[in-house]
Amino acid sequence: MTASPIIDVRNISKAYGSGTGRFEALRDVSLQIGQGESVAIVGKSGSGKSTLMHIIALLDTPDAGTVSFAGQDALSLSPRRISELRNKEFGFVFQQFFLTPGTSVLDNVTLPLKIAGMPAGMRKERGLTVLDQFELADKASNKATDLSGGQKQRVVISRALVNEPNVIFADEPTGNLDTATGTVVEDSLFALSRDLGITLVIVTHDEDLAARCDRQIIIRDGAIAAETSRTGAAA
Amino acid sequence: MKTIDLVTTAVRNTFRSKLRTTLTVLALFIGAFTLTLTTAVGAGVTDYVEKQVASLGTDDVFIVTRAAPTTTEGPATYDPATSSASSGTGAPGLPGAGQSDPLTDADLSTLAQINGILSVDPVQAVAIDFIQHEGGQEYEFSINPTSSITRADLLAGKQLSEAASTLEVMIPADYVESLGFASPEDAVGATVQLGLTDVLGAQHQISAVVAGVAQESLLSSGGGANPALVAEAADLQSAGVDAGPVRYPLAVAYFDSSQSEDSIQALNDVITDAGYGAQTIMDQLGVIRTVIDGIVGVLNAFAIVALIAAAFGIVNTLLMSVQERTREIGLMKAMGMRSRRVFFLFSFEAAFIGFLGSATGAPTAVVIGTALNAALSAGPLEALPGLEILLFEPSAIIGIIALIMVIAFISGTLPASRAARKNPIDSLRYE
Repeated sequence: MTASPIIDVRNISKAYGSGTGRFEALRDVSLQIGQGESVAIVGKSGSGKSTLMHIIALLDTPDAGTVSFAGQDALSLSPRRISELRNKEFGFVFQQFFLTPGTSVLDNVTLPLKIAGMPAGMRKERGLTVLDQFELADKASNKATDLSGGQKQRVVISRALVNEPNVIFADEPTGNLDTATGTVVEDSLFALSRDLGITLVIVTHDEDLAARCDRQIIIRDGAIAAETSRTGAAA
Repeated sequence: MKTIDLVTTAVRNTFRSKLRTTLTVLALFIGAFTLTLTTAVGAGVTDYVEKQVASLGTDDVFIVTRAAPTTTEGPATYDPATSSASSGTGAPGLPGAGQSDPLTDADLSTLAQINGILSVDPVQAVAIDFIQHEGGQEYEFSINPTSSITRADLLAGKQLSEAASTLEVMIPADYVESLGFASPEDAVGATVQLGLTDVLGAQHQISAVVAGVAQESLLSSGGGANPALVAEAADLQSAGVDAGPVRYPLAVAYFDSSQSEDSIQALNDVITDAGYGAQTIMDQLGVIRTVIDGIVGVLNAFAIVALIAAAFGIVNTLLMSVQERTREIGLMKAMGMRSRRVFFLFSFEAAFIGFLGSATGAPTAVVIGTALNAALSAGPLEALPGLEILLFEPSAIIGIIALIMVIAFISGTLPASRAARKNPIDSLRYE
């Protein structure tokens, strides 16, 4: 593992509700993720794995503990800086594709660039380059909702990649796909991690997918129950 | 997100749910349509009244009579010092003046000395027997005594010249054909003969040049003559006989029209205290204006009610949109879109819906209104020549479009702030 982790989460806790309805989603969780590493957060539903991912993706804030990104304290940043950080450094892949219906594949893929305020010409160029990598360039002007499941997920990965992020967060990326398509998607995610040095944080309960990652964090009842590394991978 | 992208995205989002957008736009369309028509009626009638005002006199004059005139604000109180019994004879009926005692030169100099009165001109009445063109049929003709200070609602030609020594006459539109002219333009510049009888019973004829053709007016009648013609006619009429001090039925007193209404009223009071009655054109038309303003106000109120109903339609439409696009909003926020931008995305969408409704409704009202105008002018409103009941002013239409866009934008703020407040995580979980 490299000297300074890109993501450094220490002693975080998070609870929802209050009184008897109080539910502790995370209890004193610490986690470091190095640049270029691929980490699987594994657990049953309700284990707190999604909450953990939301906190390290700066979508949510913990009740206690610290969250650092690339050495800076993320919890002390202004909402504007956090939004910028997510826009520039992170890519998101969600289980349900979250493609905007009725708009073109290209528009969906370039959405993060549009939010970043990039001019339309550059957006198109960049979007087409990424789509080309995933052999979707010919579908650029199709409606996103007209694609097949596998194609949709490739569009989603293109979108996560279009802003050249440091970290890609994937929440059950293969959950909605058949095995064959799922494998294709997994392959492309790991290829990105390997070729571009992108850090990969995958939330899944698919053990096969988790096994392909450098490291697996197993979450149970809001705490890290076990942590395993693939032999020789994290060195 | 750049503002231009924000606007284009908002515009595109508008068309994502076509039926819903269409129905909301339709509601605004009706509001815009109604408001355009009602303001056009207001503008049309006001414009007509203003033309009539101009045909009565300019806005910087009092029409002064010897006794307090019959005002539109109730009868005058009797004051032995200033009131005199109305003679009921003398000058012919004049617009703006009741039958009253004539003014003398002494009265004129008294008036001229009042502070604030710039100048006083007597109005002479001349009785014309007939008008005739190139030996054709003779027609009865009357000259409006105040015509020298008025601006006619011209069909052709130009206004009477106050300074010219040429004898000029302004003829009403319905004399054009009778006098044998093909068109109003044809009549301008032609020479006509005016016949009059002097105090000794002798017939005289004066040749005058037609300066212009005036639209018939609701509030004043007869033709017009410039000061040179009036003087010439008065001279001929008196036949050189000295009939005692010159008497005028009324005078016009000029004042500075740039001063406030209050100081004009104060000046009016001074003139009244001096034993004269003074009225501005606005006084004379006060009641008519109040009634017109009231009617137009009620019509506009109906249009505003329609717009308020439409505003609720926008709120409803956008609330549904926000609900439907919860996940999309969450995604955009996860990808770093600021809440404020999300707010504007939905507000702009609302404003664009407003634009669609008003930019289709207002021009439709113009097209239908113009056709309606032609039909009304030829039919029920034929008796009021020059009345264009619907007057569409570009500034008013732009104003209506802007107003509706503002209303729509404001309606959009509730759904937009709801969208802006959404938590990205909750939105992404939303099924």
